[in-house]
Amino acid sequence: MCSLCGVLGGNEHWADAVARPGVYTRNTERVDRRRERASRVRIANLVLHPFGMTLSDWQGAAFLVSTRTGKTEIIEDLGHLWPAAERLAGRLCDPLALPVIEALERQHD
Amino acid sequence: MTDAAPAFTPVNLITGFLGSGKTTLLRRLLAGPAMARTAVLINEFGEIGLDHDLVERIDDTMVLLRSGCICCTIRDDLAQSMRALHARRERGEIPAFDRLVVESTGLADPFPILSTLKADPVLRHHFRPGLVITTVDAVNGLAQLGAHIESTRQAAVADRLVLTKTDLADAQTVARLTGPLRRLNPDAPLLRAAEAGFDASALLDDSAPTLSARALLHDTFRSDDPDASAPARASHADRIRSFVLTLDAPLDWTAFGIWLTMLLNRHGGRVLRVKGILNVAGEDAPVAIHGVQHLVHTPVHMAGWPGADRRSRIVFILDGLDPALVQRSLAAFNGLGAPQAARP
Repeated sequence: MCSLCGVLGGNEHWADAVARPGVYTRNTERVDRRRERASRVRIANLVLHPFGMTLSDWQGAAFLVSTRTGKTEIIEDLGHLWPAAERLAGRLCDPLALPVIEALERQHD
Repeated sequence: MTDAAPAFTPVNLITGFLGSGKTTLLRRLLAGPAMARTAVLINEFGEIGLDHDLVERIDDTMVLLRSGCICCTIRDDLAQSMRALHARRERGEIPAFDRLVVESTGLADPFPILSTLKADPVLRHHFRPGLVITTVDAVNGLAQLGAHIESTRQAAVADRLVLTKTDLADAQTVARLTGPLRRLNPDAPLLRAAEAGFDASALLDDSAPTLSARALLHDTFRSDDPDASAPARASHADRIRSFVLTLDAPLDWTAFGIWLTMLLNRHGGRVLRVKGILNVAGEDAPVAIHGVQHLVHTPVHMAGWPGADRRSRIVFILDGLDPALVQRSLAAFNGLGAPQAARP
């Protein structure tokens, strides 16, 4: 357990699987892991933008989700991102909502 | 005694509507040699009638059977029963077991049992979700699918469908049932419990993800069968349907992870199954994913592509969600990863 934030370790999220035989993961090398985190922050920010929120990497160990007014939550992995985002935004984050899909499609170019 | 126990013991669930033959199936399984090194959690000893297979009564809730199987009743709480089993195995008080089979009640949605495994602070380090085996009554199954949403959901989340009482139903009745079942759940093997060739050990063999890519694909994409896309008639089957999402562009793994977690966070209860073979950008070999509602199994790196088709294919079983929106939404997310996908 991290004494600073009180996060209990050990609950593996499927997108962060620990490297072991047969399992697909990008946790194999340190540089792969960092590249994956950077890429995750970049894409998550594109998705969070229409909701007025941002995601940033925190010490390579956690992420921070923040609103424009500065409300912030620390999250451990992708599994916690969307419940935290919905709490902070005070509304549902639905990937099937047409306005969300259209906002993302506009960002393709 | 504990040294041979696997790091994560798979937990297989036997579910099925009231009177669909769960107990009969369990009774058959328990009597056979396939259940050696298996622990079984059942609702009540009385229903099963174990007396002639009994070797030793360990205590009020636990007995050892001739086949080497440990059989326990669920006293109050499933998580508590599983923790007790685990603790006794660790202490060497009971023979080591390699897998656990849990009998669920007839009206239960199987998902909460699977999520217990992920949420419990002790269990999640020692157990993993295994197969969901759903029994369907060949005589009354069609009526139950039409009338009870629980029955439809149980069939839709199954990894194995077991048709029971096929010896009591005529061929026409069975054929009328298999059509809607296939549409609800195109990728689960359909087994007939009453047939002579019924192999109980194959029922619990969950090594499918490590099989050859061809075998996995064969099992997974039976929905390519044109019949699978025919509209279903039963009322719940109108709401619950399967569809295959095909993606021509290579998939950006990061964008996919963000998309699927967002989809499951909002609609997890309505995404009954996700099972797919993905062409991940930058990878030569395909990646297999498999999820039941909010729960996604660890992705598996497959040895190679089974054929010339390199497109990502994902089978979804959805309860009331629009397949066209799901497809468009994934494409919109995947487009965000495009610059990364072009990376050498």
